[in-house]
Amino acid sequence: MSRMQSDLNRFRDIVRGRVRDELRKHLGQQELFGKRGREIVSIPIPHLELPHFAHDFGGRGVGQGDGDGDGAKAGKDPGRHILEAEFTVEELAQLLGEALELPRIRPKGRDDLDSRNWRYTGISTTGPESLRHGRRSYRRALRRMIASGAYDPKRPSIVIERGDRRYRAPRPRHEPRANAVILYVMDVSGSMGAEQKELVRIETFWLDAWISRHYEGTRTVYIVHDAVAKEVDRDTFFRIRESGGTVISSAYELAIRILADRFPAEDWNLYMFHFSDGENYSRQDTEKCMQFLDKRLLPSLNLFGYGQVESYGTSGDFYEALDKHFQSEERVALSRIPDRDAIADSIKALLGRGR
Amino acid sequence: MRGIPLPLELARAQERIERIASEFELTFFPVVFEVVDYEQMNALAAYAGFPTRYPHYRFGMEYLQLSKSYEYGLHKIYEMVINNDPTYAYLLEGNAMLDQKLVMAHVYGHADFFRNNMYFAHTNRRMVDAMANHATRVRRYQERYGIEAVEKLIDACLSIEDLIDPSAVFLPAAPRSEIVPPEPEPDEAPGRLPAKAYLDRYVNPPDYLEEQRKLVEEQRERSRRFPAKPERDVLGFLLNHAPLSNWERDVVGIIREEGYYFLPQRQTKVMNEGWASYWHSKIMTTRVLNDAEIIDYADHHSGTVATQPGRLNPYKLGIELFRDIERRWDCGRFGPEWEACESMAARANWDRQLGLGRAKIFEVRRVHCDSTFLDAYLTPEFCEEQRLFVSSEDAKTKKPAVSTRSFDDVKQALLFQMTNGGRPAIELVDANYANRSELLLRHRHAGVDLRMDWARDVLQGLTLLWRRPVRLETVREGKPVRLGHDGTAASEESIE
Repeated sequence: MSRMQSDLNRFRDIVRGRVRDELRKHLGQQELFGKRGREIVSIPIPHLELPHFAHDFGGRGVGQGDGDGDGAKAGKDPGRHILEAEFTVEELAQLLGEALELPRIRPKGRDDLDSRNWRYTGISTTGPESLRHGRRSYRRALRRMIASGAYDPKRPSIVIERGDRRYRAPRPRHEPRANAVILYVMDVSGSMGAEQKELVRIETFWLDAWISRHYEGTRTVYIVHDAVAKEVDRDTFFRIRESGGTVISSAYELAIRILADRFPAEDWNLYMFHFSDGENYSRQDTEKCMQFLDKRLLPSLNLFGYGQVESYGTSGDFYEALDKHFQSEERVALSRIPDRDAIADSIKALLGRGR
Repeated sequence: MRGIPLPLELARAQERIERIASEFELTFFPVVFEVVDYEQMNALAAYAGFPTRYPHYRFGMEYLQLSKSYEYGLHKIYEMVINNDPTYAYLLEGNAMLDQKLVMAHVYGHADFFRNNMYFAHTNRRMVDAMANHATRVRRYQERYGIEAVEKLIDACLSIEDLIDPSAVFLPAAPRSEIVPPEPEPDEAPGRLPAKAYLDRYVNPPDYLEEQRKLVEEQRERSRRFPAKPERDVLGFLLNHAPLSNWERDVVGIIREEGYYFLPQRQTKVMNEGWASYWHSKIMTTRVLNDAEIIDYADHHSGTVATQPGRLNPYKLGIELFRDIERRWDCGRFGPEWEACESMAARANWDRQLGLGRAKIFEVRRVHCDSTFLDAYLTPEFCEEQRLFVSSEDAKTKKPAVSTRSFDDVKQALLFQMTNGGRPAIELVDANYANRSELLLRHRHAGVDLRMDWARDVLQGLTLLWRRPVRLETVREGKPVRLGHDGTAASEESIE
């Protein structure tokens, strides 16, 4: 590796660390997603220049010539740009996991799945000479010689005997063969404003990124509901604006139907996230939702997440109802998202179960 | 350094240009050209021309920026030359032959300047080797004490890399020992004159004696202060007096040594580039170019000396000022007679046929640095001819705009920009501030405030070296303030 390469790698490491440390701050920023092209996210990183005592000139200096026109012509010295670190969504999800200390998701049904991928990551006492592991063999020999007292530090010659030899051996690699489905359900009734939807949009980006990391293929289903529920595409999901009442059970009913028709639980890891402001049409309907969840949805779901985006002046009690009903249920994760700063904690709450 | 011989065509060009340069009486250490590709060029540029530098992430950052900028076609480095014996210079592979010749001619200008300008007289001419040794040592410390510990120290040192004595360029970058004069015997009654008892009251009035006693006390207090005189070489002071372990001391010494090595380059940017441009132009246009090459040459040369609004091009300013000096001394436009002449017509046609120009510019390149160069030779005529102006940012458009073209203002602004490399002058006044062994620095305020956020960060870095709180006296918006940092939190107090 050349010298420059190691300086460059060190710099990249520092940038990565910097981004990870500040990821919580970045989480709530939508600018991040505006720049998303071809799955590359670029994050501006300021202040990497080393500080020194400097004058605060405020644009004063000496010039030559006419003094107008804009400096569009390229100069000899490269300009000082704000550096932008580029990350793939995958890397970003990794950073998210580190920053929020998210547990790895263990896909269900892993043991049943046949992992055909073998890698030479193991060690064995037998094997072909071409796979002999020099360092391990040497270490065995050294250990044996020290133990038997044959090792002389003054003349440190090591003799590797047959029994010391170690070989690289193939080990099966557990690749996530499983596929996942993420069902997003959002309340689009009149009380959900633009800012609330933005919160949901940002949060789903991270949920997507993190869950997709753990599965080979991820499918997403979007359901919106007010008094009735319907399945929509991603674009519509974030744009649609309805008015009218809220019957949450309609969405759960639709979800049950979709899962039963298209995504049987034995083939899929199922995730369902519901975002709402917490207001429901009636207590009876809330009770109905609890029944649906308990009897029909939870048995097949890996995780049910509920995020209550709270806007000023609303006082939904769906959160409390869920909390009361599923207090000890591993597969139900609840969080409140009053504003952008709460997104990090909400992600942590929803994904912190490691399911 | 890799010892690969130049391609024949380039070698021939070098031979020819070197001969011409010698005929023009340029003198230089042997010049070694290396042909490198653009990746190597960017890497070398990030390392300030040296093939080996100590490991540090900022070189990687620099390289990344250069590579990006090169890929987007925003810049191209044609040449680089380092002050060393032999003088190493790099040519970019794949450049047109004409460009290579131009670069070579330019390089001989730099090589002559490095060898002859007195600000470079004490630079280490084996710096390539020294840098390689620095790299080895820093790498060893990294292995021993961990990358992060070493990096943190280097960062702190680099923040104060420019806190060295700019007037000490003639001194070798070795630790200086201070000669401490012995303390004078304490005098019981200073200022008392021998007098008869009955006259004593009049010869030695008591309030006068009291005054004298206080004065002596004060003097003693001052001599006890450490350092006795304000110290510009803050890095040097820390090297000698900060509670550092051996490896830390070595790293501080390395940064300081490199700081002193690069100092004259910062101090002579305009002259150095001006001189090199003057000579590439002279050599190319009078001796090297053939008819077919002249247009490309003119295109390239004008690109080098082009000015941008709101920015000063050192190539342009330097070459024009050297040419102006040559013209003036050729025509005899200097001295009291010239100064006294007030007739516009006479001045315009002034020509004494002295022909001293060439000799004069050789003298100028030997004894001046940028600030003295501009101070001595910037004239109102030149200023007007070159259309220099002071620019300030337009409040509305955020673009540079002409604020004034008056000679005095332009000269003052230029000198301010050149003095101390445009950096604020900071000196160390007290290493035992408030008798708590805190470090006190003072900013010699010259009309422009400091960038406060950076100043605080630098102070924080300094605490790492001094291991005690560090303070800085400066002026903000007309009010004297004392910034401080104790390693964890910044503080600030106003000075009455």
